[in-house]
Amino acid sequence: MATRILIPTPLRTYTERKDSVLLEGNTVGELLQRLTATYVPLKRHLYDDTGSLRNFVNVYVNDEDIRYLQKEQTLVTEKDTVSIIPSIAGGRS
Amino acid sequence: MRETGGRGARTDVRLSREEIRRYGRHLILPEVGLDGQMKLKAASVLLVGAGGLGSPLALYLAAAGIGRIGIVDFDVVDESNLQRQILHSTEYIGRPKLESAKDRIRAINPNVEVEQFSTRLTSENALDIIRAFDLVADGTDNFPTRYLVNDACVLLKKPNVYGSIFRFEGQVSVFSAPGGPCYRCLYADPPPPGLVPSCAEGGVLGVLPGIIGTMQAAEAVKLILGIGEPLIGRLLLLDALTMKTRELKLRRDPACKVCGDHPEIKELIDYEMFCGITPPEAGAAPDADAISVTEVKEKLDRGESLFLLDVREPQEYQIANLGGHLIPLSDLPRRVHELDSSREIVAYCHTGVRSGKAVQFLKQLGFRKVRNLTGGIDAWAEEIDAEMPRY
Repeated sequence: MATRILIPTPLRTYTERKDSVLLEGNTVGELLQRLTATYVPLKRHLYDDTGSLRNFVNVYVNDEDIRYLQKEQTLVTEKDTVSIIPSIAGGRS
Repeated sequence: MRETGGRGARTDVRLSREEIRRYGRHLILPEVGLDGQMKLKAASVLLVGAGGLGSPLALYLAAAGIGRIGIVDFDVVDESNLQRQILHSTEYIGRPKLESAKDRIRAINPNVEVEQFSTRLTSENALDIIRAFDLVADGTDNFPTRYLVNDACVLLKKPNVYGSIFRFEGQVSVFSAPGGPCYRCLYADPPPPGLVPSCAEGGVLGVLPGIIGTMQAAEAVKLILGIGEPLIGRLLLLDALTMKTRELKLRRDPACKVCGDHPEIKELIDYEMFCGITPPEAGAAPDADAISVTEVKEKLDRGESLFLLDVREPQEYQIANLGGHLIPLSDLPRRVHELDSSREIVAYCHTGVRSGKAVQFLKQLGFRKVRNLTGGIDAWAEEIDAEMPRY
């Protein structure tokens, strides 16, 4: 049973323009590992050199930030939707 | 802000007969009424940026009868702004955005006092400028100013109505409201320069800032009136392509460096440095990897064999091109085999940012004879080929 990961616009360049990807995994960490294994150039946008999730990328399970759940160990089922929410800066010009 | 919400309007504010007619559709709303309209008149809102988000903000806040609107902007109106910045019109091209903003606001509602700040918001002036307003609407397009606005609002305890856009996607929230989170609670650190594309690089649907800026205006009005449920602790996401919205929970981070339980940041810092942007050094040696449009033109005229690599997107190539081999920057890693490292390669894009990344990438792979066209195809259109369309 796969869980849906929603890909935000700025990162779709690295997912062959897909806005969502279905992947198997028991935890958020497993899903993201599979995601970046499938789309390798995405990795440096999500993880820093030490392998930690970057501070300007937030990951949500449904409407809840994983920082306030069990972080990357947060369990997911096929009923959940995982969202990657990066900071975007557009507005003035 | 919210304190004045429950106690009725300031006593020194009155509505004239003209204003009562003008605001009639507000006055008959039980949630607004005369008291509410007087709160709007007594209120002041600072708009940071008079661009895509600032445009609908300025227009609707002026129409709604906000008493004083401050605008911080130092830009002039450019033709390429008009696709989305509806505050400005064709006749104002080349003139300060503040000028057209003021004229438009006056034309909509002469009762509004407009305060202009013709400057970049900086760590030196931000507190003084923001202090004089009840709330801030952030319509900036860059991370240093975004963190600066956030920190200044937290330090001054001013609510910050946040909006951000990219391509077809927008975000709205209210930060720095009593008990609520701030932008740093959401994103403790900015992305390093170059990792996140800007609207100038990535493009933006012209209507999108209209939608997001209008949502910011609605939130500002609600905060002033003290009605409804503002987006405090909630991040609203809109995808204009699917026209779907989602809402995410935001929490105040007790470890937040500026609004947490033990804040480290008690005064404004250097936000350019914080965002990893180093100012160009005066008299620095010219970039060895750079090549000017005139140099390329001369080489081509002499019949030298140059391999032109276009790293833009196909839709950009369609607008104008130099006959280069098209490999969009994001495809470069898997299509690098199409390039011959023994040839002299000149990479170009729109203005030189993406091709700069391409050159760095290729150099890491061992390409030696690869250079970046300074100013990109835009410089070519400006200096070499006046017939070429610019975008």
